[in-house]
Amino acid sequence: MKISINGNVKQFDYEKLTISALVMTLNLTGKRLAIEKNGEIVPRSQFAEVNLQDGDKLEIVGAVGGG
Amino acid sequence: MSEQLIIAGNSYHSRLLVGTGKYKDFAETRAAIDASGAQIVTVAIRRTNIGQTAGEPSLLEFLPPEEFTYLPNTAGCYSADDAVRTLRLARELLDGHKLVKLEVLGDPKTLYPNVIETIAAAKTLVKDGFDVMVYTSDDPIIAKQLEDIGCCAVMPLASLIGSGMGILNPWNLQIIIENAKIPVLVDAGVGCAGDAAIAMELGCDGVLMNTAIAAANNPVMMAGAMKKAIEAGRESYLAGRMPKKLYSASPSSPTSGLITAA
Repeated sequence: MKISINGNVKQFDYEKLTISALVMTLNLTGKRLAIEKNGEIVPRSQFAEVNLQDGDKLEIVGAVGGG
Repeated sequence: MSEQLIIAGNSYHSRLLVGTGKYKDFAETRAAIDASGAQIVTVAIRRTNIGQTAGEPSLLEFLPPEEFTYLPNTAGCYSADDAVRTLRLARELLDGHKLVKLEVLGDPKTLYPNVIETIAAAKTLVKDGFDVMVYTSDDPIIAKQLEDIGCCAVMPLASLIGSGMGILNPWNLQIIIENAKIPVLVDAGVGCAGDAAIAMELGCDGVLMNTAIAAANNPVMMAGAMKKAIEAGRESYLAGRMPKKLYSASPSSPTSGLITAA
């Protein structure tokens, strides 16, 4: 399946992929993040349950230095 | 000083709020913030770098959210919709944290606030349960409208973001301060400790700054200077300055008992 992450399309060769699994695949486990799927925020508590589908668009954000 | 800054029901002993951008590295960020004594620190919300290595340090490791009050901002947002979306993500990121800094910009050259979009975003965010500290122009009418909407602090600019030009319109700031029943903080434009002290002497409840510290030759020393300036300015304001006596001197030493020529 193809998923757009922060504006870049990535190919994943899995039939089923939860957000938790994706986070692990991206080496982001343990990082403090917030994720929006197709414009809707997915609460962290639901990462393990929400399955991704071909064509989904994700925004993955974190806190950085700023004024 | 026992008197505290109260924002959205929480008390803070420091009246200096600082940004976390533009530092050389996270260690310098941390050292400067420690020297500033700030309890509230602003952060930006940005796309996570997907290619990053697993062990790469993050800002949160240097500034643990348990130690500081985070103030996520909407820097870089040019519409109410983008600002609201950013802060909803911030709330999720920070476990339901409600205190936020709203700024909606109007123009990438001046970063001047777009007050129409700012007002629209403030209405949505207040309705949505956020405690909104709002960056705005030094227009007293807009500042009052933002208060009436339910913002918990109004933060007029001293001058353009990152310009270091200091306080350009103390008269407008004074009108805003006189009219406001919520804290007024000068946000943006402070360049040196003197500017910060003047803001506090005008009667501001606090000052928010980033570049004035981060872009100093010695950011950690400047952070300490800012801490003292904010405290000195506040005490000077509370102490009440002497009235200005134009064109009329008044000696500090006794006028009697002078020796006279023999």
